[in-house]
Formats: sequence, structure tokens, C-alpha cells
Amino acid sequence: MTKTNTWFAGLVMRLMFGMLLLCAGSATVSAKDQPSAANAEVAIDNFSFGPQTLTVPVGATVTWTNRDDIPHTVVSTEGVFKSKVRDTDEKFSFTFTKAGTYPYYCSVHPKMTGRVVVQ
Amino acid sequence: MQDERQDLIDQRMQDLNNDGVDRRGFLKCMAWAGTGLVWTMSGGVPVSRAFARGRGKHEGQNARDNGGFSFVQISDSHMGFNKPANQDVVATLQAAVDKINGLQNPPEFLLHTGDISHLSKTEQFDNVDQILKGASAKDVFFVPGEHDVIDDNGKSYLERYGKGAQGAGWYSFDHKGVHFIGLVNVLNLKSGGLGSLGGEQLDWIGKDVKHLKHSTPIVVFAHIPLWSVFPAWGWGTDDSAQALAYLRKFGSVTVLNGHIHQTMQKVEGNVTFHTAMSTAFPQPQPGKADSPGPMKVPAEQLRALLGITNVNYIRGQQSLAVVDSTLG
Repeated sequence: MTKTNTWFAGLVMRLMFGMLLLCAGSATVSAKDQPSAANAEVAIDNFSFGPQTLTVPVGATVTWTNRDDIPHTVVSTEGVFKSKVRDTDEKFSFTFTKAGTYPYYCSVHPKMTGRVVVQ
Repeated sequence: MQDERQDLIDQRMQDLNNDGVDRRGFLKCMAWAGTGLVWTMSGGVPVSRAFARGRGKHEGQNARDNGGFSFVQISDSHMGFNKPANQDVVATLQAAVDKINGLQNPPEFLLHTGDISHLSKTEQFDNVDQILKGASAKDVFFVPGEHDVIDDNGKSYLERYGKGAQGAGWYSFDHKGVHFIGLVNVLNLKSGGLGSLGGEQLDWIGKDVKHLKHSTPIVVFAHIPLWSVFPAWGWGTDDSAQALAYLRKFGSVTVLNGHIHQTMQKVEGNVTFHTAMSTAFPQPQPGKADSPGPMKVPAEQLRALLGITNVNYIRGQQSLAVVDSTLG
């Protein structure tokens, strides 16, 4: 190889190496620290919320669907959100814009509790 | 079918009072073929006997002759419910009214212990009122269930049924020497909690009974059981102990509840607790299913698990006779 070629090859290699590092770096960051935004669903069935604890990223919208044969409500214990009564197949959605832990329950059947963790 | 019914009797008799009276053994001998179960208190000991149609005639007559009276408790009509467990709650409520109208001795009034509607909707309350207009007893006293106070904290319930009531809809009245107390334990329920009476209502109870003679028979009616039937399913009231403390001095206290859609009875000293069947759908026995929701049974068995409660007061006897009977 000529001197220029060697220098160029070296540059490319350094660039590629750098990019590799960057990619590897950010791939690591995404896999570990970012909660999945895909699972923003809670199923209400058999007098319970499933999953009972749901973790979502800031800005996620959570949708509760009542699959039970009895009406339920979704009510934040801190007054952050409150659904109207949801009969079978009806839904309630809320978008979480701030990080935090949001415990909630069914105001009709208060033994039913759950929480949303927003990270 | 006979075995199933025997099991039903066995499991539903809660002999929590270790008083030496073996009710289970006594009842096993009784044929359960659509007859009613009469519970009476005699010297503080609950005594039950089965009665066949026809004999009730004499009991009722004596009651009336002696200045006594009878009333009927119905509960959990859930007007508006239309899922597989019962797709015609109108028909079964009508059957309950027909049953009331067929009683040998007409009740002087009705008590509805709540979950009148399924979703607190105006048309659902209207529907129940319409059907009950066909009952022989024209006076109906209500207390709300949790299905009657959804979304508006009981505002529409109170507008409709709250005349003369205090706070969220509690009240009392006297009838031929018996003092009746209607309580509301389905509002301001806390996360993870049970039924709740609240401080204001508890204070009111204390004042309400303060000057009554200890010999006055008391009947308390509320939706959620005032005793701990099965807390995991929300079948109990967090602060009922205080209410019961105010009633401790009375010689005869009968507590009538609904909510659990099956009959259950417990005796604690002078207090008899009793829950009624629903007129809409049955629910599983405590712990026998994943959750306390509507229990689907074969169509021909449904009416055998729904029913009314007939209560007889015989003057001179402090106790009240509580009789459950099914719709079919």
C-alpha cells in the first residue's frame, strides 16, 4: 500500500472502531435502562388487575381493559386519575407524563389494587 | 341434587357459636325440598326448624293477633346486569315480587338492602321502582349498595331515596315497637379496605339509640355485611365494631345484610346476623372460586339460588323469626 492508502485505511479503521464503540455503547444503554414501552396494557379480570405492577417509561399511555363480567373503576389513590365505571370490554386510558409510582384501586371493590411505576 | 343441597346447607350453616346446639346434625335430618328455614331465638339460643307451606299460616296469624307483624327483605337486584349468570334480572325480580304477593301473611313493608341497580343508571333505578310497585307492600325502605353509588358518590341515589335521611343516606324509623336502622357502608371506600361506616354515621348511631329502652328490638340493615364473612373478598366492614358496641345493651338485635348473594347466619350473644340471597345472580361460597363474581349455574338451578327473606316479629317475644325462601 502507498503512504496515503495506509493513512486512509487507518482513518477508516479508527472511524469504524469508533462507530462500533458508539453502537455497542448505546446498545448497552438501551437494553439496560429503557423500560419497554410496548407493555402499556392492564387487563382487569377476576376482580384483579394484571399485571398488578406495571412499569412504563415517562410519556407512556396505559390502557386498562375490563375483561370481567362485573363493572370496575380505576382510581388513583393520590387523585391523579379516575375512570368512570367500566363495564365488560370497556377501556380507560391515562398518559403518564411524570416519573413516579402511582398506586390505584377499584373504588367499587377496594380490595382490588395495583400500581403503575413510571421511569 | 339432594346431596348438593345437603352440602349447601352444611356449608352455609356457620356454627360459630360453640353453644352445644348441633344445628348441622339437626338440619341433616330435614328434607330440603323447597321448604323454608325458620330461625328463631329462644332464650338466646338459635333454634331452627324447617317449615312446609301451610304451617306458616298459623304462625302469621298468631303474629298479627298479638300485635306483631312481618316484613320482607330483598337484595341485590342488580337491574341492568345481563351477563351469562342471569340474562333476565327483570324476570327474577318479578318472580321475587310474585313470591312476596303469594305469602300467606302480607308483609307490612319491604327492605331492599342495596345493589338495586347494576351501574347506578336512572333507567335501572326506574325499572326496579316500577317492578316493586306491583308488590302488595307499598312501603319500601332502601339502603345503597356499591353498585348504586358509582361515579357520583351517591348523589343520584340520595336524590331518589334519601328523603328524610342523614348524611349519605342513613336513617331510622319505628314500627310497632321495633326500631329499624338503615346504614350506608359503601361510600368513601379506601384502597385495600372493606365496607366503611365512617365517623359521622357512627356518632349518629350512638345518638339515635341512646334513649331507647334496652328491651326495644332493634333491626339494623346495611348492604355489606357488618361482620367479617370473608375479608379477602371484601365481605366485611372495617368499622362495624363501634356500631355494634352501641347496640350491646339491647336484648334483641337483628342485622340484615346483602352483598354476598347467599344466605349466611351468625349469632353473637344477643345479635343475630343474617345475609340475604340476591334476586339477580348467585355468588360462590367464600374461597370456593377465584373471585366473588357472578356464578353461572345450569338454567334450571338458578332460581333455587335466588330468593327473599321473610321476617316475623311476634309481640312479646323479643326475637324475630327470619325465614329464607328461594324463587324456585
